[in-house]
Amino acid sequence: MTDAGPSTSRDNWPLWEVFVRAKRGLSHVHSGSLHAPDATLALRNARDLYTRRQEGVSIWVIRSEDITASSPDERDSFFDPAGDKVYRHASFYEVPEDVEYL
Amino acid sequence: MSDPTTTEVPSNAPTGDYTAYLLGLADDALIYAHRLGEWLTRAPQIEEDMALGNVGLDLLGQARSLLTRAGELEGAGRDEDDLAYLRDEREFRNVHLVEQPRGDFGHEMARMLWFASYQHELYSALLDSTDQVLAAVAAKAIKEVAYHRDHAGQWVVRLGDGTEVSHDRMQAGLAAVAPYVAELGDDDRASVAAAEAGVGILPSALVEGTAAHVRAVVAQATLSMPDEPRWRSRGGREGVHSEAMGYLLAEMQHIHRSHPGATW
Amino acid sequence: MYGNDFGEPLNAAETADYADAVQEYFDGLIDADKRIEPRDAMPEGYRKTLIRQIAQHAHSEIIGMQPEGNWITRAPSLRRKAILMAKVQDEAGHGLYLYSAAETLGVDREELLDKLHNGQQKYSSIFNYPTLTWADAGAIGWLVDGAAIMNQVPLCRCSYGPYARAMIRVCKEESFHQRQGFEILWTLSQGTPEQQAMAQDAANRWWWPSLMMFGPPDTGEAAQGGHTAQNMAWGIKRFSNDDLRQKFVDMTVPQAQKLGLTLPDPDLRWNEERGHWDFGEIDWDEFWRVLKGDGPCNEQRITHRRRAHEEGAWVREAANAYAAKHAPHNNTVQEVA
Repeated sequence: MTDAGPSTSRDNWPLWEVFVRAKRGLSHVHSGSLHAPDATLALRNARDLYTRRQEGVSIWVIRSEDITASSPDERDSFFDPAGDKVYRHASFYEVPEDVEYL
Repeated sequence: MSDPTTTEVPSNAPTGDYTAYLLGLADDALIYAHRLGEWLTRAPQIEEDMALGNVGLDLLGQARSLLTRAGELEGAGRDEDDLAYLRDEREFRNVHLVEQPRGDFGHEMARMLWFASYQHELYSALLDSTDQVLAAVAAKAIKEVAYHRDHAGQWVVRLGDGTEVSHDRMQAGLAAVAPYVAELGDDDRASVAAAEAGVGILPSALVEGTAAHVRAVVAQATLSMPDEPRWRSRGGREGVHSEAMGYLLAEMQHIHRSHPGATW
Repeated sequence: MYGNDFGEPLNAAETADYADAVQEYFDGLIDADKRIEPRDAMPEGYRKTLIRQIAQHAHSEIIGMQPEGNWITRAPSLRRKAILMAKVQDEAGHGLYLYSAAETLGVDREELLDKLHNGQQKYSSIFNYPTLTWADAGAIGWLVDGAAIMNQVPLCRCSYGPYARAMIRVCKEESFHQRQGFEILWTLSQGTPEQQAMAQDAANRWWWPSLMMFGPPDTGEAAQGGHTAQNMAWGIKRFSNDDLRQKFVDMTVPQAQKLGLTLPDPDLRWNEERGHWDFGEIDWDEFWRVLKGDGPCNEQRITHRRRAHEEGAWVREAANAYAAKHAPHNNTVQEVA
């Protein structure tokens, strides 16, 4: 998620991205990042930082450098081709007005 | 909490001793919360400022509930602030461990590991207290101290099994708190009375569980349990403290005492 | 808290030297009031300005822990002690949210902290003033956090996505900070004559520095070194320094009256024509003097911060060494619950 290279300093901790499930039934959503030396402490730091007002029931953490993201340069080829597939949406289809449960 | 079925204490509990017992539990939490408050802005990493703040806030919450309960039972109309700010040093019943001045981070993790392990045993036992109010405090606090114990354990392991420097400093931290550990298991008069009445638990009954947890963490951390210390602290539960306590209270209480009767 | 940006202006070459294509793409997003996201191409000047502003903002949160942290051990009631601990802890959290936003721009937090520690990057000058009495804890919440919120609310609509999102979180959490400050002073103002005097003294000392928090004027003789015009075009800033300052004064004067406090400005009076409160001349010499290092606590704040960082180095190193020894394979994702 960032372009920051690996640190050369021995006391610098790597960056982790934090995802929080706000309540049962919802997906985990990206909350932000933090630093931690390892996954175990990253989870605990995430708990202390991102859920101290009961914002979550479940947390994921992942090393920022392990995330592969789509690039804005590829945006056109990634997302525009979906633009003309109107038949994927329910509103594309015409049905008689008096038919229920469709 | 005004429901009489929950605020009444079983009639066989001697009120004076039970109040003293609760003050011991409350003062441990209060004084340690105060010391942890000193860490804010001084932790090794900003994430750790957050963590130590959370531990401190949990303990302060426990202290407030326990002081309020002690004040209720005493029946002299003293609230949490009267008890925290207007008692003199000799009336404080906390152990010496929690009043010792802040050392380095290794020292703090050693202290937290011991104290949270002790509190974990304590609150586990107090779930069965015949005082419903205390049992309720314990039920809330046990989740908190489980986290504190884990937090300290995670750090003791990392420092012990980290670098050569951190190994030595963590070992030194364990040695520095060693003289203050035995006092956690001393059966003072109030504890004995509270345990007999079924409202409290004998401190000596908590020793083995506490030590077992610490030993397991210390082993995982590639550290060793310190040698038997040459001396050990005594008397906190009777209000006999170390010299550090006077300075702590001077700082904690001076604003409150400078303005008698004022509201804050 | 303090999203203002008033360091040295960027040189023209830095802001002008980027490809036309990047500029066009970026301008398109800005013109459409769309958010810029981390992986978007952006002008170098925009990136640098944001890094500097977000870092300064984050540093302010971290340094801002000190003046209030100064009162945790002496808070006069247990309720106040708990609130203050939670508040100082929140500030650490806000600093972390903001560093997190800054790191999406390709800088490392360590690098930013180094720049704080060696004086290359600044923090809000307000924290170079000391907290001398308990009432100062109230004045910081009421005035300093009040001024900060004025600055911050517009930043929730800042053009840079991660910064705006961090600010939304900060603003949500900070709503309690200002109120608790007011409550401290309200209680003092209802209290003993000594308590009332304490509150007045705090207001006297914190009023002018709070007005300085909005930065130098945008126009007129005292205007210098600001980036208001460029930052407004970029959607990093939504209102001018002077507009925000006026809003703050208009909001605060009636609150001071409610508290029974006299704000230390003989020129403060309601201007019916303008529909605003007029206020006196701010001492900009003091502002620049303190900003440049000659304030009562500049040295103390940085020394304290640097010391905590240096004393923690062995702990951070140990944790890395442990992680290297025990690195699990194929186990970079962890989950609870």
